[in-house]
Amino acid sequence: MANFIAAKIPEGPLEKKWQNYKDQAKLVSPNNRKKLEVIVIGTGLSGASAAASLAEMGYQVKSFCFQDSPRRAHSVAAQGGVNAMKNYKNDGDSVQRMFFDTLKGGDFRAREANTYRLAQCSAALIDQAVAQGVPFAREYSGYLSNRSFGGVQVSRTFYARGQTGQQLLLGAYQALLRQQAKGKVKIFNRHEMLELVCENNTAKGIITRNLVSGKIERHAAHAVIIASGGFGKIYYLSTLAMGCNASAIWRAHKKGALMANPSWTQFHPTSLPQSGSYQSKLTLMSESLRNDGRIWVPKNKKDARNPNEIPESDRDYYLERKYPSYGNLAPRDIASRAAKEQIDNGFGVGELKNAVYLDFAKAIKDLGKTTIQKRYGNLFDMYEKITGINAFKEPMKISPSAHFSMGGLWVDYDLQTSIAGLFAIGEANFSDHGANRLGANSLLQACVDGYYILPYTLQNYLATQIDKPKPATHSQTFIDAEERVKTQLQTYLNTNGTKTPDEYHKELGKLLYDYCGLSRSRKGLTFVIKEIQRLREEFKTNLLVLGDTNQINSELEKAGRIADYFELAELMCLDALNREESCGTHFREEYQSDEGEAVRNDNDYAYTAAWEWTGNPSQPELHKEKLVFKNVSLSTRSYI
Amino acid sequence: MPMKLQLKIWRQKNSDDLGKFNTYELKDLNPAMSFLEMLDTLNLQLIKNKEEPVEFDHDCREGICGQCGVMINGIAHGEPKNITTCQLHLREFKDGDTIVIEPFRAKAFPVLKDLKVDRSAFDTLIASGGYIGVETGQAPEANTTPIPQEIAEQAFDAAACIGCGACVATCKNESAALFVGAKISHLASLPQGKAEREKRVLNMVNRMDELKFGHCTNTEACQVECPQDISVLHIAKLNYEYLRAKFKK
Ligand SMILES: Cc1cc2nc3c(=O)[nH]c(=O)nc-3n(C[C@H](O)[C@H](O)[C@H](O)COP(=O)(O)OP(=O)(O)OC[C@H]3O[C@@H](n4cnc5c(N)ncnc54)[C@H](O)[C@@H]3O)c2cc1C
Ligand code: SF4
Ligand code: FES
Repeated sequence: MANFIAAKIPEGPLEKKWQNYKDQAKLVSPNNRKKLEVIVIGTGLSGASAAASLAEMGYQVKSFCFQDSPRRAHSVAAQGGVNAMKNYKNDGDSVQRMFFDTLKGGDFRAREANTYRLAQCSAALIDQAVAQGVPFAREYSGYLSNRSFGGVQVSRTFYARGQTGQQLLLGAYQALLRQQAKGKVKIFNRHEMLELVCENNTAKGIITRNLVSGKIERHAAHAVIIASGGFGKIYYLSTLAMGCNASAIWRAHKKGALMANPSWTQFHPTSLPQSGSYQSKLTLMSESLRNDGRIWVPKNKKDARNPNEIPESDRDYYLERKYPSYGNLAPRDIASRAAKEQIDNGFGVGELKNAVYLDFAKAIKDLGKTTIQKRYGNLFDMYEKITGINAFKEPMKISPSAHFSMGGLWVDYDLQTSIAGLFAIGEANFSDHGANRLGANSLLQACVDGYYILPYTLQNYLATQIDKPKPATHSQTFIDAEERVKTQLQTYLNTNGTKTPDEYHKELGKLLYDYCGLSRSRKGLTFVIKEIQRLREEFKTNLLVLGDTNQINSELEKAGRIADYFELAELMCLDALNREESCGTHFREEYQSDEGEAVRNDNDYAYTAAWEWTGNPSQPELHKEKLVFKNVSLSTRSYI
Repeated sequence: MPMKLQLKIWRQKNSDDLGKFNTYELKDLNPAMSFLEMLDTLNLQLIKNKEEPVEFDHDCREGICGQCGVMINGIAHGEPKNITTCQLHLREFKDGDTIVIEPFRAKAFPVLKDLKVDRSAFDTLIASGGYIGVETGQAPEANTTPIPQEIAEQAFDAAACIGCGACVATCKNESAALFVGAKISHLASLPQGKAEREKRVLNMVNRMDELKFGHCTNTEACQVECPQDISVLHIAKLNYEYLRAKFKK
């Protein structure tokens, strides 16, 4: 029997909850704030916005990232846009509608109160970003422009060409550096968090490795905030950056923080396919391409003709066939799954038969090349840079790729984990997206967490810490933690086996993609859990990392990340196995309708699965947070 | 058609080491491979032979984070114009080519190890004024100040800089004028950025000198190699803003 956990959702009607919270939250007076220290791990949109806002309030902040500059956090890569309820288009948008779209997009597996708060806080973000100088797209009139994004019927997506994440991040980064110049923030670039230090289930600080000198350092604080981003890189091939990792959250998990819905990963349908075993990354092509591109595969598996020579009658526009009303614009999870089905059944195209066509020929014929050039010119250029192929002449080849982690550290309404004083924000937490995230909602979530929510909820916690001295880094707990880190690093170096971290990562990623990716089954999961265990044991005895710990050593960094991935991978599979329903991106083959659509089970699975580390990666303990829906009626997501 | 390449790569243990070139051979490369994947392949080969791999910076591998960047045959990010190192693919080379790979070199960017350099001077420049001093919660409703579309577009063109440092590495004077010009131009063109306009440019230019970046002599080599094609006109804008601020003072 699992234990039930509570999210500490404030009383009152949905639309008043956040205001009620803010009205009652404890405050810290300005002269006390400078005595309180906060650690923020991560400088993406969530981490940078939180660190800057907290420093502006007067707290002492230490900010960490593993890249060589805070500006490089992977938020920088977001292309499409950020959602906000401004109703500038007068098209009927409202907080209620945005709340509902988000909840429905997530297949009713998110917390009502959090989702509502996200929609409520969205408008202020656009104001803030504009004031920072973010050059959002504008109409000729000079007013802000919007577009619509998958899964909704209103235009609420703000964008800055195809570089929205970059522009938002630069705004937050500049705010952060302004505080650094004022001496309120200390920035630690090229530092990796390797351990969370806790006493009495309360966060006291972290252990880091300076990635240049190799020095292991202790940092203490009154609170620790994890803003370390998503872990989709666990699949190796993904749209994430090479350094994206689960280590910060995993090491917190091993200290007692619950991990929620770890198996829920969004696969993006329009990424570039793998071209060979050397491949390190699958570049995302914006989803907007599906507005004019048509997706198809040849009807005959063995059709080796050039795509332009395959006549209409020999093509299967499978999305248009299966989902006549949404067609090529079916939501991400559905489009990705449909592509995988074609590829698995042998209809894939390209040298490795691992892609489907995204064809613009009809759009070019109907609308003219100039219009298509105007709409997607930069994306066609990017496609050509990577593949050497001109998409005006030949259809693009695309395939689904791991993209976004809906799962992450479990947090309550305060964004506090199950460890006191440890908070998780941005993609690192699990909170707002349920079982499937709507496009353009996660830049929003990262920003809202950092700019608007954490500053209140953290203060509510810090108010209880005013009288407490900053934890001392010479305490036994810190000394022990540092020792553990050092021993672990040394173990990787001493193993002296035959396989590199990347080789293990690729193997693990492939296993997960095949059995705990776009679709999952009891049989497959049971099988792959054994495989993961086997590979993990092999990793322990056969890893090969050269060099030492006292210098730059990228292979050593990778080794630690892969070790964590190995444990997390098993938890993902156990989580997927536990959930005997299909919801959002979690598609269990046993739970589908005759038409092959997902079948949810609200009676038994309307809960968040929050897993506790027990010391044995194969036997985590399940806790459940019941999801209570008082303001919406649960409907079946249908896109047919 | 599998390719064969000879790589002459700069190896340097740490910032105190003198460093030297080592030569490596790679066979059976796929022309569809990216330049960084070629380095991955080399590193795998080195590690298997118990030789330390080549350290290089990279993260997003899609041309936006600005973390990658090496000199390839003497050109920052390689020969094709306006791309990052991670966007370069082997099909740009010929079978049998020798490729010389070095770190970005500038006094302000000391080498840390092999191809990794320290570009934190760029952060220091931004911290000296490359922002609008608005704090969380202070912002007015976004549509109260309409900004003409062409101004917003101009601001975007400048704001697109990814902070890779290629402009500095390319410039014979090691000037950061394109990087700073882009930020000054981005913020000065927007109404929100006007309040701190003079202070910003004076501080950033002074800091540029302190950080050992050289002076711009308008050779315009930077724009060609800038992955975002940031226009040298932003340097002209920087000069204008600087003189204007001096004059006002
Ligand atoms: C290609 C791509 C396109 C996307 N497009 C969109 C879009 O159009 N709209 C949208 O809403 N969302 C989009 N997303 C999702 C969105 O970008 C992310 O969810 C969001 O930016 C995450 O922000 P974050 O602050 O949580 O994490 P990140 O920006 O990933 O930042 C993580 C930070 O944590 C640091 N870190 C991690 N581990 C450690 C450690 N152990 N020690 C020290 N530091 C550490 C890193 O250095 C980094 O600074 C996209 C995602 C991808 C991959
Ligand atoms: S101006 Fe161009 S070359 Fe210079 S740092 Fe910015 S993007 Fe790189
Ligand atoms: S690795 Fe990010 S720009 Fe090249």
